[in-house]
Amino acid sequence: MSREHEKGMSLIVKTVTRLTVGIIFLYGIYIVSHGHLTPGGGFAGGVIIALSFVHLMLAFGREAALKKLSRAAASFFESTGAIMFLVIALLGFTGGYFFLNFLGKGQPFKLFSAGIIPLCNIAISFKVGAGIFAIFVALVILELEVEGKE
Amino acid sequence: MIPVSADIIPLFVAVPLAGAFLNSLIGKKVKWLPDVIGNLTTLAVLVLSVISVRLVTEYGTLVYSVGGWKPPVGIGMVLDGLTAFMLVTVNLVAFFVAVFSVNYMEKYTSKQKFYTLFLLMLAGMNGVIATGDMFNLFVFLEIASVASYALVAFGTEKHELEAAFKYAVMSTVGSLFVLLGIVLLYSYTSTLNMADMARVFAQKGTGDITLMVSVLFIMGFGLKAALVPFHAWLPDAHPSAPAPISAMLSGVLIKSLGIYVLCRIFYSVIGITPAVASIFLFLGALSMVIGVFLAIGQWDLKRLLAYHSISQIGYVVLGIGLGTPLGILGGLFHLFNHSMFKSLLFLNSGAVEYSTGTRDLQKMGGLAKRMPVTGATNFVASMSIAGIPPFNGFWSKLIIIIAAVQAGRYGYAFWAVLASLLTLASFMKVMKYGFFDRLKERWGRIEEVPFFMKLSMVALALICIFGGVLLLGGINQVFLDRATAVLLRGTQYAAIVFKGS
Amino acid sequence: MIVYLLTLVLFSLGIYCVVRKRNVIKLIVGIMIMEYAVNLFFILVAYRMKGRAPIFSPDAEIVNMVDPLPQALVLTAIVIGLATTALLVGIAMKIYEKYHTFDITKIRELRG
Repeated sequence: MSREHEKGMSLIVKTVTRLTVGIIFLYGIYIVSHGHLTPGGGFAGGVIIALSFVHLMLAFGREAALKKLSRAAASFFESTGAIMFLVIALLGFTGGYFFLNFLGKGQPFKLFSAGIIPLCNIAISFKVGAGIFAIFVALVILELEVEGKE
Repeated sequence: MIPVSADIIPLFVAVPLAGAFLNSLIGKKVKWLPDVIGNLTTLAVLVLSVISVRLVTEYGTLVYSVGGWKPPVGIGMVLDGLTAFMLVTVNLVAFFVAVFSVNYMEKYTSKQKFYTLFLLMLAGMNGVIATGDMFNLFVFLEIASVASYALVAFGTEKHELEAAFKYAVMSTVGSLFVLLGIVLLYSYTSTLNMADMARVFAQKGTGDITLMVSVLFIMGFGLKAALVPFHAWLPDAHPSAPAPISAMLSGVLIKSLGIYVLCRIFYSVIGITPAVASIFLFLGALSMVIGVFLAIGQWDLKRLLAYHSISQIGYVVLGIGLGTPLGILGGLFHLFNHSMFKSLLFLNSGAVEYSTGTRDLQKMGGLAKRMPVTGATNFVASMSIAGIPPFNGFWSKLIIIIAAVQAGRYGYAFWAVLASLLTLASFMKVMKYGFFDRLKERWGRIEEVPFFMKLSMVALALICIFGGVLLLGGINQVFLDRATAVLLRGTQYAAIVFKGS
Repeated sequence: MIVYLLTLVLFSLGIYCVVRKRNVIKLIVGIMIMEYAVNLFFILVAYRMKGRAPIFSPDAEIVNMVDPLPQALVLTAIVIGLATTALLVGIAMKIYEKYHTFDITKIRELRG
């Protein structure tokens, strides 16, 4: 039980993090999927999803967060999000224009409406979330090398 | 399969982006995959840009509404003569640089990351050239700029990081000036579409805010184009980058992000006034003279080439600032020529660095005996930049000087001739110390560079030799004349875009 | 009127910070201040008198909204600023690793 206190922060922070990290992640998904109804969308939701992983890293130390989402997985999600976005844009050519909104529009204020906008939001959230987590990991790992030399 | 209508325009941005993200996803699996993806993508965009020249000849100005939303509500992408001209220039240089990098980037750590950033920078540059919307222009400007900051720092040695930091800070400040200018323009015209802005300016008249917007744009885009006094980042950034990236930065980035946008905004949107034209003339002449004076004392080969870039961009801005048809023709032709021979010069310096490992002119000597292809192409490029007939640099400099004399600006013509003579002296020094002297013993066993590097250098040299052919009747009408006509039409841009959409 | 002038004063403070400070990290903070000032100015330009937030909802009337276009543009500009700042900080950390100082008057190897 006492080995856990050596990495990361104190016990209170770790307990609270265990309770709230899942809720933060779920809140990020909510903001992404309701991007066409309420303010938010891909960018903001992606940042919140990334912050849930950063929260994990701050509270438990580097290794615990990297076990959940390794650097290779972050790179994969980032490229996948970008390619999904580009494929959705190119599929607009079937309707005649680049980036055309070609799916059915549905009724306003419902969850499954507004054509391609929810799909674009999901693609952007992959890219932004994985990207911001990768930036944070890169900065933290850089610091490790500087300290290792001194 | 190849779309022969306005559908071609978004492909200039979509194809390099697709290449970059595919490279990032699967580039690590197979060893030669980044090379293949990079070269195929640049070849595809080069073919598309040649097709676009033919489209402009047949159909005039093409307007594409992204997403089906008609401008001025939606984002519009416009393909007219100047756009087609710049697209061919940028993609031609990008293709040859990609071919060169197949061998050169073996010496650096990660070719996959290099090609990803390179294709992102190319997508950003194509987007800046092809767009017709102000904020879209800012977004693509930032994509290309951030990719170039990372590419300058690619080697992560001491000097490269310092140069990349200086370049990044100064260029970010320039972009923020541009954003402030766009905000002020939006507050005055309530629209972001360039053609619509031109129409509002024609109706409401350019108010007092246009003065501040012009100053902010000249500062911001002048910093991207490395006009004096905004040039301080260029002599550090261009030598520190890897040689293919120096060729891209000096050959096309400062032109498409700086000169092209200045032309587009000041000729087509705001409307050129004699005050702005004389500012261009003055800054151009200042860049010409200061660039070449600072270049004479340099012994580092790439730093010397970077200072000469400042000087030659001064020629282009001088030609465009004259405002007469002959002056604009000379300026745009010199833009194309400079892309060709400056890229070739930087690729030469890269080849020399690949074989000998040094950039210092005093340590080199007589390399042409062991590296004949590099020596011959360096000779062609040096004669072009110095303005010796019959290479392409001679024709464009001659047209600029004749246009200056015809417009009555004898002072500027004198400075142009003086700068040309000093450029000749500087490159005589390069050839004497670098290539055509006695061979030093330590270079007795070096070899010529590998195949792909030779191929791209020879191809660029052939374009330098036969570049004057662009002035002949039929080809001139298709290529340079249309670009000049766009700038001379000025704010008629708005009427043509709205008729075509 | 005075709000716009204050935003431009914030922008000039950012420029002063970039020009005069010697520490690399303070320089990056100066650039961030300039970005915030320009984004703030953009949002203020979009204000209309007695306007409300431009969000549709099933039961509200559609009268008098502020201009929604700059809000989308500022979202993009904030993300661009984030990417640029992240790259600058990464370069600054690598510079510390090589030069062992954050003082820009000592990071002057390239000259001439």
